[in-house]
Amino acid sequence: MRLDYPTNVKIIRVPCTGKVDVMHMLRCFQKGADGVYCVGCLEGTCHYNEGNIRARERVGHVKNLLEEIGIEADRVRMYNLSSGEGPTFAAYAKEMTEHIKALGPNPLKEKLKKAASA
Amino acid sequence: MKVCPISLPNEYDEGLSERKAIFKQYPQAIPGAFGITKTGTAPCKATCPAHVSIQGYIALINEGKYDEALKLFKQDHPFPGICGRVCHHPCEGECTRNEVDQPLAIRELHRFLADYERGRGEYHVPEITAEKRDEKVAIIGSGPAGLTTAYYLLQEGYQVTIFEKLPEPGGMMRVGIPEYRLPRDILAGEIQVIEKMGAEIKCGVTFGKDITLDSLKKDGYSAVYMAIGLHGGRNLGVENEDAEGVLQGVDFLRDAAMGKKVEIGKDVIVVGGGNVAIDVALTAKRLGAENVTLICLERREEMPAWEHEIEEALEGEIKIVNSFGPKNFFIDKNKKVSGIEFKTCTAVFDEEGRFSPQYDEDVCQPFFGDTIIISIGQSTNLEGIKEQGIAVSRPGGLEADPVTFQTPIEWVFAGGDAYYGPKSVVDAVWCGKEAAESIHRYINGMDLKEGREQNWEYVKPDVFDEVKKDRVKVRCLNPEGRECNFLEVSYGYNEEEAKIEADRCLKCGVCSECYQCVEACLAEAVDHEQKPETKEINIGSVILSSGAKPYDPEPLENLYLYKKNPNVMTSLEFERILSASGPTMGHLVRPSDHKEPEKIAWLQCVGSRDTNKCGNTYCSSVCCMYAIKDAMIAKEHSGGNLDCSIFYMDIRSFGKDYELYYNRARDREQIRFVKSRIHSITEDPETRDLILKYADETGAMQEETFNMVVLSVGLEVPDSSLEMAKRLGIEINKHKFVETDPFTPVASSRKGVYTCGIFQGPKDIPASVTEASAAASLAGAEIAEARGTDIKTIELPDEIDIEGQEPRIGVFVCNCGINIAGVVDVPAVQDYAEKLPGVVFTANNLFTCSQDTQEIIKEKIKEEKLNRVVVASCSPKTHAPMFMETLEACGLNRYLFEMANIRNQDSWVHANNPELATEKAKDLVRMAVARSVTLKPLRGKVIPVNKRALVLGGGIAGMNAALDLAKQGFESTLIEKEGQLGGMARKLYHTIEGGDIKAYLEKLNARVASEEKIEVLTNAAVVDFEGFQGNFATRVDINGGEDTREINHGVIIVATGAREYTPKEFLYGEDKRVVTQVELGDRLAQQGAADLETVVMIQCVGSRNEERPNCSKICCQSAVKNALDIKKQNPDAQVFILYRDIRTYGLLEDYYTEARKQGVIFIRFDRDNPPTVGASDDGVLVTVKDHVLQRNIEIGADLLTLSAGVYPSDTEDVSNVMKLNRNSEGYFIEAHVKLRPVDMGTDGVFLCGTAHGPKLVSETIAQANAAASRAVTFLSKDEIKLSAIKAHVDTDHCVKCLTCVRSCPFEVPVFNVATGEVEIDPALCQGCGVCACVCPRQTIQLNYYEDDQIMCNIDALLAGGI
Repeated sequence: MRLDYPTNVKIIRVPCTGKVDVMHMLRCFQKGADGVYCVGCLEGTCHYNEGNIRARERVGHVKNLLEEIGIEADRVRMYNLSSGEGPTFAAYAKEMTEHIKALGPNPLKEKLKKAASA
Repeated sequence: MKVCPISLPNEYDEGLSERKAIFKQYPQAIPGAFGITKTGTAPCKATCPAHVSIQGYIALINEGKYDEALKLFKQDHPFPGICGRVCHHPCEGECTRNEVDQPLAIRELHRFLADYERGRGEYHVPEITAEKRDEKVAIIGSGPAGLTTAYYLLQEGYQVTIFEKLPEPGGMMRVGIPEYRLPRDILAGEIQVIEKMGAEIKCGVTFGKDITLDSLKKDGYSAVYMAIGLHGGRNLGVENEDAEGVLQGVDFLRDAAMGKKVEIGKDVIVVGGGNVAIDVALTAKRLGAENVTLICLERREEMPAWEHEIEEALEGEIKIVNSFGPKNFFIDKNKKVSGIEFKTCTAVFDEEGRFSPQYDEDVCQPFFGDTIIISIGQSTNLEGIKEQGIAVSRPGGLEADPVTFQTPIEWVFAGGDAYYGPKSVVDAVWCGKEAAESIHRYINGMDLKEGREQNWEYVKPDVFDEVKKDRVKVRCLNPEGRECNFLEVSYGYNEEEAKIEADRCLKCGVCSECYQCVEACLAEAVDHEQKPETKEINIGSVILSSGAKPYDPEPLENLYLYKKNPNVMTSLEFERILSASGPTMGHLVRPSDHKEPEKIAWLQCVGSRDTNKCGNTYCSSVCCMYAIKDAMIAKEHSGGNLDCSIFYMDIRSFGKDYELYYNRARDREQIRFVKSRIHSITEDPETRDLILKYADETGAMQEETFNMVVLSVGLEVPDSSLEMAKRLGIEINKHKFVETDPFTPVASSRKGVYTCGIFQGPKDIPASVTEASAAASLAGAEIAEARGTDIKTIELPDEIDIEGQEPRIGVFVCNCGINIAGVVDVPAVQDYAEKLPGVVFTANNLFTCSQDTQEIIKEKIKEEKLNRVVVASCSPKTHAPMFMETLEACGLNRYLFEMANIRNQDSWVHANNPELATEKAKDLVRMAVARSVTLKPLRGKVIPVNKRALVLGGGIAGMNAALDLAKQGFESTLIEKEGQLGGMARKLYHTIEGGDIKAYLEKLNARVASEEKIEVLTNAAVVDFEGFQGNFATRVDINGGEDTREINHGVIIVATGAREYTPKEFLYGEDKRVVTQVELGDRLAQQGAADLETVVMIQCVGSRNEERPNCSKICCQSAVKNALDIKKQNPDAQVFILYRDIRTYGLLEDYYTEARKQGVIFIRFDRDNPPTVGASDDGVLVTVKDHVLQRNIEIGADLLTLSAGVYPSDTEDVSNVMKLNRNSEGYFIEAHVKLRPVDMGTDGVFLCGTAHGPKLVSETIAQANAAASRAVTFLSKDEIKLSAIKAHVDTDHCVKCLTCVRSCPFEVPVFNVATGEVEIDPALCQGCGVCACVCPRQTIQLNYYEDDQIMCNIDALLAGGI
């Protein structure tokens, strides 16, 4: 459908959101990503039965971890849609981008820069 | 699609949006390719002698694409301006608009293009793409035929010289057509184009005098084209014709055109009734004649001149006198003409229409004038022609072949007026074009005739409700302004007028053949020359699956206001509104004002269960469920505040788990279900809301207003399917579905012809998909011997070992035509890729997926010794398998491949931001390259397939499945827990249609018994089971453990069946007069119904309640079947059926109707207010509240029959041993309700019969066929190659915490007690990666998605900074 969405969204392909590890999400923040979101199938329609439910739980877990280290928990989110919902995908991409822009840059990024310059 | 100028209603969106003539059906369509809607050639194009794509240039004018329109016109015709003025436009005569109002002003529209071109001062000169050739062609005559031939030969690269006798080029266009009709600069401009293309025009050269065939040959000309025209006049042959003052029309016009002084008197008489005569008359008037009289033989309506020319003559005050033939001229004493005497012409043509004038010499009339101009015909000047041996035809023209225009001298061709007599410019264009083709073929030694004769048939669309639009009038010089000058009379259209006129086009052929798509497609994939082909294929069987169409409620527009009020939609239209890819992008708004509706009503059974309005008396089976679904989705879209009401007769949620869905809609989503009859719908004219009047269950009239009304339209078989059935000679039942037998549900009346889906009968998707497999099974069985005979195997080279090699990465960046390159700076991405670590080769390709690029990739893999390939193009979902095959073909492991999706995830979605899109493309390529380094060669496990099947359950389902497998050549073991085969069917007598189940079962038993490929084990139970797809081992205990068998098999078909529920309610088991439907069937067969006075049946016993919420599907038809049986045996018996909803879906509705006709009384009761039953000596007393009467009624029954539900039998044991999933009611669960309805979640296990859910005998048989079919797809393979994307355990570091064992949704990881290790069997692993994530020590990795492979993706992405 070639629906427009922000260019700062980049997709990392996994076989199922059930394969998205807490470690993967944290690595994104560690390396300077401002936000991370998982897009899974609608709950109840996972090809692998419950991968998206696990992903939702893991996203929740990452939220807690981020909070603990002083990063806004809402920089990580879980979205669900079906493969036929292009417009919804684009809408979520915009929503997430606007949301992250409102939060501002990932605080770790400053530290990364300092570390790099030091 | 962007360049196509033709828009039409989008069928996929039910006409709620528009699409182009070139289109893809819908985004997910398979094949995912574009097609063009062409209904045929438009009448204008077919009729135009030059076959100009008229509809095409008109469509382009509509779009304001004038340059493209001109270019298109000039493809087929060199003179848009000339013909824009002088063409007799036969196209307009055939224009479909004639049938509505007036034809399109086709000529004026291309004149507009020519004027546009002239106004711009720059003429479009066709590009010559052919290479320049040495051959020379001489053309004699620079009229339209000669010029056209030159025009086309130049485009083929030839060198062309045109020789013209007169001092200026143009032939009759220059000297025959007066200037007021065709201004000289227009003519000159269009001739100049041909000169610019390279033609040399030599004027003042007379053929036969200055040049001859011999001299031309000597000068090296390869061919000559003779287009010398008709420049001589014809004489009357009457006395004194040679007198002074008698002129020849052709000469007169030529002299006038060439600016010679022509002496004419005040009173001019023109003899003749053709176009030339009219031009002569008007020219004479312009040269100063006071009175011009045109006299001709023909009656006014017979005149050969075109009507518009005659009208122009009349406007020019030319007096026209008809029906006179010249007798003799009067001369004065100076031998100067003074008049002419005419005789009356009584008939011009004879009975056969030949020219044969008859006169009445007695009625004569003299006319006086000082100049008389004869204009009765033209002739060729053959001086110097005959002498050269050029053949002359009988009427005095040049002789040539009518198709090739070759003369008897093979290198000489002839055409134009000199060949076929006086015709118009456009005919000359046609002739010149054909001659050019012939000359080209002649020079190249090709067959001149092959494929030349084209049949120009045309199509006209239906103009039934076309809106009238008046033709835009052409502004003209007023008649006074035309006097004594040669100013152009017609002004032509300006841009605005042209657009208004162009918009009148009816797009007859749909595709306008403007060929813009051909130019836009860089892959050169569009071919407008494709023609339908008729092919003959040898086949063993046929499957008819042509489906249904939704009922069109237009005939009921007065009742439902459909099409009268846009807020009344069919369910299919409404679904498009709900669809994210639909016309409103899934935004729920109503069509009249695009406001979000607050209240929507669904009306059920529109076009179904309807005897008096549409005649479709059957139930369409699917409408209740889709209405509920749509109401739920609509609610979801609107945020939950939407008020949804479904007006119904019976809610038929009879499918597996459908009742749960219905309950959820009603109880949780608050969708209102109103049992009612619709009386009428009226419109509130102000708001366009709809006022629904209906009778509720008590019969009281109610009125309610809704913002929208959705008509739940039923399904019906389209006429095209019926025609097909007729052609194939198969029987159709009275509802227009294929006639089938309940015991062979997918076989038609003709052997070898099968059917499935809705053409078989109304049904939903799961049932259709099931039947499709069933039909495939039976069709396949007929040709089982031929299986595998048409397969080609691909030989692959040995794999290259890349162990220890440094990465050598090749990056191929795709332009995808302009799909990527139109947005992303592809060369910049390629440059960037070159600098990435490990990259040794980069390229950019127009289409990386094309066959030739695959060859380049293969070449580069070998040349550059690539050990990783990255393609930056589109989606791996669609294209990775193809590229992976390319890798394999040169010995590189297929998993050493990675894609960067710079199209779907970049250029397509960031088209407005090319710079950022280019940067993102670089990011994506960097990620892909980084990931490719981490990739390892992977190999999918190959497992052999044991060709035996195990069929669990020896009922109708199991026996049919085993027999089907046998027919396809596969052995099976059929396991039955009872002592004999037959299952539940042993308790049944006949189907509702009257099919004898007992006889059928007997036959089935015999067939199984005599089938060598089936081994039957009775009194058998499965006790142990292990293995995976293709390699199962099952242990079976026989006769309670007396004997044990170990069976190795490749697949399992589960057909363990179901039983009738044993009721606990309504005195069942306490009172002998209370029985179940199965027992009643038995009684009716054994004892008959003679002793029964009153029978009451209670439906939904043990179904649709708290404990068993689902519907048992078959009980309504069982009740109706037994009720009809009672009525048949004892018509006086009273039968009451107490029901909640009667669910006689599909064609079963007929029996429900019949039962009511027979006097069976149906009384509805409420779920919360069930009947009560008491025993008395006189019978069983049943009390029920009647909804119509609103009071309790009491019935004393001899027999109370309970429609006891269907319960699965013994699924628990099987499930425990074989680990097969069951739902809460104990039925086995299919892998996917719609897509894989007879597969189970475990690969290699299939499911059929009532073990899957309640169903009829016919449905069971179809499902058994289907399960066998699915099993055969598996068994027919010798081995299965599994995907290599599987999880594996690093046993050295595993701490055996068993988290993976607990987490796997498929229970694949197991702790092997013998080895003490956790094992993951790749044959069972589904590759989801859940275990890899939960493993606390990361000792489990999922191939191709290992942690470092994902991490490096993240690192590479973020290394670029965000």
